[in-house]
Order: sequence, then C-alpha cells, then structure tokens
Amino acid sequence: MQRIGVFVCWCGSNIAATVDVEAVSEALKLEPGVVFSTNYQYMCSQAGQNIIKDAIAEHKLTGIVVCSCSPRMHEATFRKTAAAAGLNPYMVEIANIREQCSWVHKDVPTGTEKAIILGKAAVAKVNLNAPLIPGETPVTKRALVIGGGIAGIQTALDIADAGFPVDIVEKKPTIGGKMSQLDKTFPTLDCAACILTPKMVDVAQHENIRIFSYSEVEDVKGFVGNFDVTIKKHARYVNEAACTGCGACTEKCPQKKVPNEFNLGMDNRRAIYIPFAQAVPKVATIDPNYCNMLKNGKCGVCAKVCAAGAIDYTQKDEYIQEKYGAIVVATGFNPISMDKFDEFAYNQSKDVITSLEFERLTNAAGPTAGKLLRPSDGKHPHTIVFVQCVGSRCDAKAEKGKEYCSKICCMYTAKHAMLVKDKYPDVDVYVFYIDVRTPGKNFDEFYRRAVEEYGVHYVKGMVGKVVPEGDVLKVQASDLIANKQLHIDADLVVLAAAIEPDKSARPLATKLTASMDTNDFFTEAHPKLRPVESPTAGVFLSGACQGPKDIPETVSQAGAAASKVIGLLAKDKLTGNPCIAHSDEMMCNGCSTCERVCPYGAITYMDKEFRMPDRTTAIRRVASVNPAVCQGCGACTVACPSGAMNLRGFSTQQIMAEVDAICK
Amino acid sequence: MKVSYFPGCTLKNKAKDLDLYARRSAEVLGVTLEEIENWQCCGGVFTTSNDEVATKLSSVRALKEAAAKGQPLVSVCSACHNVIKQTNHAMQNDAFFASKVNNYMGQEPYAGETTVYHYLELLRDVVGYDQVKAKVVNPLAGKKIAAYYGCLLLRPNSTMQMDDPENPTIMEDLIKAMGAEPVVYARRNECCGGYVTMENPEFAKRKSLDIIENAKAAGAEVLVTACPLCRYNLQKAGTDMPVVYITELLAEALGVKEVTNEQ
Repeated sequence: MQRIGVFVCWCGSNIAATVDVEAVSEALKLEPGVVFSTNYQYMCSQAGQNIIKDAIAEHKLTGIVVCSCSPRMHEATFRKTAAAAGLNPYMVEIANIREQCSWVHKDVPTGTEKAIILGKAAVAKVNLNAPLIPGETPVTKRALVIGGGIAGIQTALDIADAGFPVDIVEKKPTIGGKMSQLDKTFPTLDCAACILTPKMVDVAQHENIRIFSYSEVEDVKGFVGNFDVTIKKHARYVNEAACTGCGACTEKCPQKKVPNEFNLGMDNRRAIYIPFAQAVPKVATIDPNYCNMLKNGKCGVCAKVCAAGAIDYTQKDEYIQEKYGAIVVATGFNPISMDKFDEFAYNQSKDVITSLEFERLTNAAGPTAGKLLRPSDGKHPHTIVFVQCVGSRCDAKAEKGKEYCSKICCMYTAKHAMLVKDKYPDVDVYVFYIDVRTPGKNFDEFYRRAVEEYGVHYVKGMVGKVVPEGDVLKVQASDLIANKQLHIDADLVVLAAAIEPDKSARPLATKLTASMDTNDFFTEAHPKLRPVESPTAGVFLSGACQGPKDIPETVSQAGAAASKVIGLLAKDKLTGNPCIAHSDEMMCNGCSTCERVCPYGAITYMDKEFRMPDRTTAIRRVASVNPAVCQGCGACTVACPSGAMNLRGFSTQQIMAEVDAICK
Repeated sequence: MKVSYFPGCTLKNKAKDLDLYARRSAEVLGVTLEEIENWQCCGGVFTTSNDEVATKLSSVRALKEAAAKGQPLVSVCSACHNVIKQTNHAMQNDAFFASKVNNYMGQEPYAGETTVYHYLELLRDVVGYDQVKAKVVNPLAGKKIAAYYGCLLLRPNSTMQMDDPENPTIMEDLIKAMGAEPVVYARRNECCGGYVTMENPEFAKRKSLDIIENAKAAGAEVLVTACPLCRYNLQKAGTDMPVVYITELLAEALGVKEVTNEQ
C-alpha cells in the first residue's frame, strides 16, 4: 500500500479564487492511500517545496500528488523536489487544477467539485505508480550537415571549430550553394565569391570536416545521439583522390552542348565538368546523361588527356554508413518555376529572365563575363523593367504562387537596379512593387540610395502583361499612386521569382520524421524560443530550409544551430525517458501489429524459449522493445490485440484507475 | 452519343456560323447536339451581377432540363458557357443562392447535378483530340492559325477548370489535330474590348488592334475564336486579318463545311 501525500496549491488567487483549496485538501484526505494532505499559497516556491520535502520525510511518503498548474509548467520542478527528498521522481503526479479547472470555471462550487475529482484521479494513479529509472544512452560525437550552401558551411565550420567532427552531404558536385552563383551581396555590395570562397576553402582544409559531394542521404535510422545514416555517393566517374582539378578534360571533351546549370542554362558546358573555378572539392564530374563514352561506349577523350589517370568509367554509386549524434538540415531554397506565370512571357522571350539569371548575367564569371547583354541578341539594353513579388504574396485562391513573402527580393532587386545604374548610367530602370520591405541593418538606406542617388524609377503597382513584339518587350502595368496605366517598351524584363524549399526537403523530412509546414518549410520546435531545433530530437535547422532568409540571417541561424549541436555533442550520455513501452511476453502472440504501427522502428521480434506447465519448453516469437529507440508515444499499446503492450508510467491499468476515479 | 445543347441568342442571329459548324462537326464526331426546348438568354450581359437571382434562372432552367435527360450541357459561345458554368458552380457550392433559386423555381430542387462542357472541352475530354485527328479529311496543313481565347473562356479558372488561363493549350491542341500549325502569341488571352465597344469604340478598337498586331507579328495568317463578341470586335478593328470561328475551321477540316440538304 502506498503512503500518499497531497499538496494543493493556491497559485495566489489563480486557483484559490475559483477553487476552495481547503475543501480540496480535506476531501482528498479521505482517498485510499492518502496519509497527509495540505494546501499552500505557492507550492512551487522554495517554502512550498520545503513543505513537500518535510512531509515526505515525516510521513514516510511513497508517492505524492500536487494539485497545481499544468504538468508542462512544474512537473519537472516537483519531480526534482521529490528526488531531493529521496523519492523516485516518477512517484509524483500532477493534478492540473489551474489551466483545466480554475481558469475555465467561474463559480467556486463547480471549480471545487472538479478540482476534487481531478485530485482523486491523480491519487488513484499514484496508487499504481512504480518507481522508474531512466536509461542512459551514449552520444556519438559526430554531426551530419545536410546541404553545403552558406548555411551548411557556416554550421559545419562552427561545429568543427568546437572540436567535433562534421560531415557535409551535398547533392551537387561542389559545395557553395546559391551564394556561389550570386554577383554582389546587399547591403554592402561586396562580391559574393570573395566572401564565400575563403569559407569553402576553410571547409575543405578543416581537419574535422569531411565533404561528401555529389551525395545524398539515403536512409536515416536511430534517434538523438545515435543516428545511423546511409549516404549515397553518386558515381562521378572520376577518382576524387586522384583528380587534381587541372581541368584538361573539361577543355578537351567533345560534347560541348550541355546546358550549364551553374549559369542557369544561359551557356553550355562539357559532359565532364567542374561547376566553377573555385569549386570545392575541385574535382571533375562526368554527366552520364551527356557523356558519349557512358552512353554508347565511344569516346574516352577525357581518360586520354587525364595526366593523373583519374577517369574511371566503371565507377558505381557508393553507399557509406556512418553514425551521428546530431543532424543539421540545411537544404536551402530554389526560385519557383515561371511556367504558371506566362503573363510575363518568360517562356516566350529569352529577354525575360529571373533574378538569379540576372545575377549570372552581371557576374564577371558569368556567361557574358559581367557585361549586361540581352540573352536574345547580345545587344546592350536601354530600358530594364524589374518585377517584384512574382509568385510571392499570392492569393490562396489563385492556384499559383505562394502566399508568403519571399523576403529577399526587395533587397536584391534594389541591388540589381543599383548595379545596372552604376555600370550603365544611360539605362532606364523601372522597379514594380507591391510594397518595398526593407527592415534590417542598413537595408532601408540601401533601397533609398537606389531611388535617391541612382534615380531608379520605383513604381507601386504590378505588371499585368509582357508582350514580346519584334525585339522589344511591351510591358503593360499599372501605377497605383498616379492611378494610370503604363506602357513601357523594355529591352529586358527581370522577374523576382518567389523562393521555395528545395525539392529534396520533403523526402528528407520523411526520413528524419521531422515536421514541415504546408509550404514544405521545416517547422521549428517553437517559433520564438526554439527557432533552430526541429521538434524531432537531435535534428536541427539551418538557413532557408526553415523559411525565406537572406545571407546575414542565414549565417546567424547557422551559428545558432551549430551551438545547439555543440551543446548536444558535449554531453557524454543522454538521459532517456523511462516512460516507454514494454511487452508482457506471456501475453504476446507475436502478431507483428505493434511493429507495423511503431513510427520509430523500436520494436523487433525474437524467438524465445519458454518453460511450459508440463516441464517442457516451447519456442515462441515475441515482441521486444528497444528502450533506447522507443519514444513512449503509446501507439503500440493501443494497437496490441492481446493487451501485451503497456507503457511504463502510463499503463492501461493506471489510466483506467484515473477514469474510474473520475466517473465514480 | 447525345448531349444537351444550349446555343444562345447570338448563335441564332449574328453568329449562325458558329452554331451550324458546331453541330455539323459534332455529328461527324459521333455526338448529336440536342437543343434544349424553350431556352432563353443565358443572362450573359449580367455576368458580373453576383447578387441577382433572376438573371441566373434561365441558366438553371437549362441545367435542369439537361439533368432531367441525364445529359451533359454543352454550349459553344464563350459568354453562355461562362454564365452557365458559374451558375452551376454556385448551385453546387453556395447553399444560400441555391435555396433562393429553388424557392423561386418551385418544383424539383436542383443542386448542380449537370456536367457543363464547353464545346472545346467536349472535343478534348469526351470525344478526344485523337478521334478528331482521325476524322480529319482536309488537313489544314501549313496553315498558321492563332487561337484567340479572350477573357471569358478560361476565367475565372477556379470555376471554369478548363485550362491554364495564362498559358492555355486547348485550342492550340485542336489546331494541331486539324493538321495546322498553331501560333502562340502573348495577347491571346487579353480582352478584345468587349461591351466597351458600345460606349467607347475607339478604346475597344485599340485593344483589338493590339491583339491582331501581336498575332500578326508572331506569324499568324488567321485568327480563330469561340466568342461572337470577340469576333465582332476583332473584325470591326478593320484589318485584313481574317477572324473566323474555330468551329468553321473544324468543319472545313472534317469535310463538312460545304454540305447541302443534309438533315
């Protein structure tokens, strides 16, 4: 028989105003097992906790019930109190008489009656509680960063600098991400490559960092501190260790007509290629869709010219198994497709381009070597129209585009407009906008410079139609402030396409059991207080995979994610939750139902020898729960047809006892 | 197969061709357009008046008749189709509107059971463009045809559910099935000027000229449309660009344009 103490909290007037706390403590004195009952103004205060500790010692309590606020608020507090007094913390039950009682009721009789019932339920449960001891699991002191853009790079560098090994998995042949494609960065206009490539080199040279480029995460098993990850390394048909990155093969390859994705298809590359001069790793990759040797066995030029003998046409995809303690998602973003926005004639005219294409067009390493030339005829444009919010801030009913603001477009469009005016003061530049949103350090000053110093025409209103006629683009738009229609003959139209999470994010979220919002952005554990953690323990978020972000914000978040990872990896052991499932082997019939419903893969089956009544033995198939993997969700306990599965701390018997106490 | 058919006022007067060629072509393709009895104006001029029940009653009556026969309701005029489809959508989704209409009409209530097709949808989704292609006897080979959609045929997309209003292909695909070459140009879904032509003919003309010039620049030899009002405005712009109904070209391709004494 338990010896139970009941402690009713007033919570100042929060509870005491609607619940007669004295009546509650008196009523609960009569419950089976209760040997002590009292009430106090603030049970969570030091004085209140001392009342509990003293009562445990004085009355030799084996279990306690605290009638107070939500267990989310103070369960941990009272468990610690009990532990300090030598009681197993899992012998503490909270009856929530604040959020679920005093705050929702208005009159004292009702509140008091309900508080007593909730207290009785908690007492009934404690009568069946048993001490639980949490298990400990070791932490694998290695982190995995998925995505090698600026977010992944920064996170990896910060973790590695703290002394923990980090692996970066990047699906492209090089790290660098979107930032490597940019020309200048706002609001300081420093060159993106100049600030990014040193970081890429740092990554390559860091003794704690390994890069798996041209690779993807194939499978994730395990749990916080102990993830088992399979990485698929795509065959690049080049021996990475041998390749010196000299580039001889990329000059001699006869297949010259491959659209260059790094320049967004605005020029061509060879079938064997290094994406850009500062690529990390600087290793060639053969594109199997275009390589003549791989497609029909005829060619072999690259192998002939390779002085290092690095070409290997027989290379196969490779699978790497590795253990990690923490995983950081840094899968980034992409501009959305312009297919559904044909009013802007993106698919009809080469001179209608997206902002990312514009970045390549003004970049000294881009297809025009930084000269601003029209893609159609290579002529110098005289009038350029920038259209903001293409696909951003769309009506939910519009069936195209995104409802959210893509956040970065106002600033980069101001940057583009200024870059044009700076190089070519003769060009007329128009920017059409819904709102100009420039919060951020030195951001609004930057935008105002475009308007005030550079004379960019900012027009509030949207472009309705772009009509290619001859070699001009007839732009039809509205000026909402002047309340008139505008007709502009433009030479180049630049669309600030909305951004969306990378397509790889959704399948990855499934592998990680990490949650996403309806736009496929990863959800954070708390929008304000836990912004870099996913709700799945051990999975962290870095950069635009969590929501649209510019570079400064991405880098801050990347550092924050790294610090959370470092905090995790600094621990030698993680204390588990002892409230996990276990199977009664005598009742289990080995049907596999629990195995199928378990979202964590915590249940396996084994053949076990049982002694039978007549002194014989029999081998039966029974379920077994891995206590390190089980998260205590309870799905198996509901699914089990024979009632063999039970959750420690929340057993069927305990819950039924609570229900009985309430319904009595 | 037999389908219910709502021709609409204009198709009995100014746009007789649109009606005639639609019927003949459908017969070749194995579809009989059964004109519903005692139909009245769809209420086309009132498309924008959302709160008016009376203007939608004729559409509901037509929809009910088709429902009684268990047939889909087909129309070919862009405006009629727009009104009928929007009305049907409202009968399905707007309970307040539906109850007002049903109270007014009396008898059996109608809840939007009828499927509404535009003639082009009938060809694409029921007959199939491959069937059309198989029945073509005079392929319009080498002809550069620009489809003109106008604004009503595809919009609002949420109710019309016919094609992407910014990048449609339903007419282009039919033009291809007829053996001709479709010309894609930017202004094919811009407004022709519509009813504005009544009070500001100059403005309507400018809108129509923009469309024709854009099509011409893209290499079009002929413009096709499914809307009598569009055709009226485009022709009135006074250029040498021929503007014909899509059904007329279809009848030509199917070899039934010049038929006499056929029942």
